[in-house]
Amino acid sequence: MTHAHPARADDDRPPTDYELLETAVRELLIEKGIVTADEIRAAIEAMDARSPAEGARVVARAWLDADYRRRLLADGRAAVGELGIDIGPTRLVVVENTARVHNVIVCTLCSCYPRMLLGLPPDWYKSRAYRARVVAEPRAVLAEFGTVIADDVTVRVHDSTADMRYLVLPRRPEGSEGMREAALAALVTRDAMIGVSVPKAPAA
Amino acid sequence: MTARFRPGARVRVRDRHAQGHLRTPVYLRGKAGVVERLCGRFRNPESLAYGGSGLPERALYRVRFSQRALWPDYRGSADDTLDADLYEHWLDPDETRRR
Amino acid sequence: MMAAMGEAKRYRGYHDLGGAPAGAIDRANHDYTLSEKRVDALFVLLGDAKRRLLAVDEHRRAIEALGADAYERLGYYERWIAALANLLVEKGVLSRDEIAARIAEIRARGGAP
Repeated sequence: MTHAHPARADDDRPPTDYELLETAVRELLIEKGIVTADEIRAAIEAMDARSPAEGARVVARAWLDADYRRRLLADGRAAVGELGIDIGPTRLVVVENTARVHNVIVCTLCSCYPRMLLGLPPDWYKSRAYRARVVAEPRAVLAEFGTVIADDVTVRVHDSTADMRYLVLPRRPEGSEGMREAALAALVTRDAMIGVSVPKAPAA
Repeated sequence: MTARFRPGARVRVRDRHAQGHLRTPVYLRGKAGVVERLCGRFRNPESLAYGGSGLPERALYRVRFSQRALWPDYRGSADDTLDADLYEHWLDPDETRRR
Repeated sequence: MMAAMGEAKRYRGYHDLGGAPAGAIDRANHDYTLSEKRVDALFVLLGDAKRRLLAVDEHRRAIEALGADAYERLGYYERWIAALANLLVEKGVLSRDEIAARIAEIRARGGAP
C-alpha cells in the first residue's frame, strides 16, 4: 500500500494550539465511547489508501473501452464501482475533455474534491488564489500550471457548489495506441483529472 | 413532483439578501444562464447546516453560464462557460432578451 | 467587483471566493501531518452512519462562522478542528470546560499525543 502523503513526524517541535485541541477532542470522544482509537486508525488508513492511482485506473479503462466510457459518463459512481472502487454515497459526475472542450474543476465555496478517487487534495486546490481566480480567468490559471488551451477550444469550469463531485476524463495522449491499461494509467496525473493539466506523453 | 425547469431553460440567479449557510456563490447572483440538466433532488443544505432535516428535497440544476456574461473583462473564448449546481429556489425564469 | 446598473451591493461571505481579488497560486505542497489526518478522520467518523452526529453542511457552516480573521490566519485543518470543537460544544457532546481542562492536562504532560 503506497502512501501518497506520508505523515511527517509531529514530535520534532512542540504541538500547536490546534494540535492540542485535536488531541483533547479526540481523547474526550474516545473516553465517552463516541469513537475508538481503532476506528480513527482505520479511517486514516482508508484515506491513505486513496490516491490518484484510483482515478487513473478509471481513466485508462475509459480510454480502452468505449462502452465503459459511456457508462462512466452516464453514472460515475456505478462505473467506478465496477472497478472495485467504492465511493460511498458520493454522486460522481465525470466530464470529458475532447478536441473542442477542456474541463477544469473547483469548489469556490470550500474545497469539495473527489477524494475517494484522488485522495486528499493538494494545498493549492484549497487555496484562496485558485478558488478565486480559476472561475474568473481559467486560461491564465491553466497557463500558470503550464497548460495552454488553444483559442478554438472551449474552457469549461465546474464549480462544485452542491453534492455532485466532478472528475475530468482527460484526452488520451497521442502516441499511446497499443499501450496496455497499466501503462496508460501511469500517464494520468492528479492534475489532469482536476483539469489544470493534461496527461503525460508516452515515452518515445 | 415535476421540476420547475427543463434542460435548455434560461434562468436567472436570484439576487436577494440572504443569511446563513448558502451554496449560491456571490459571483453568480443576478446572472443569467441555461439549465444544462436536472441533477436530482437533494435535501436543502441551508437547513441541514443548522441541524434541520433539509426536507422537502429541492431540485438541483446544473446551470451553464457564458463566461463573458459573468465577467466584464473576461479574457478568453466567447464560448468559454462555467457550470454551477444551483437549487431551484435560487432560480427564476429569465425573461430578458438574449443579446 | 464591478457594480453594474441595478446591482444590489452584495455581502460576500469571506469563504465565498469566486472572483475575489487574489494573486499567484502557490503550488508548494505539504505532506499531511498525523494531527491533520486525525482531524479528517474525526470529521468522517462523526458524520458516518453509525454516529450521524454531524452533517457536512453543519461543519461548513461552523467553518464559515469562525470569523474572517480566523479564515485568513488559520490553516485548513486548523479551521476544521476549531469548527468541529465548536459544533460538538453546540450539540452538547463536549463542554468548553472539559476541553480546556484536557488541553491544560496535555500541556502539563508535555503535549504527547
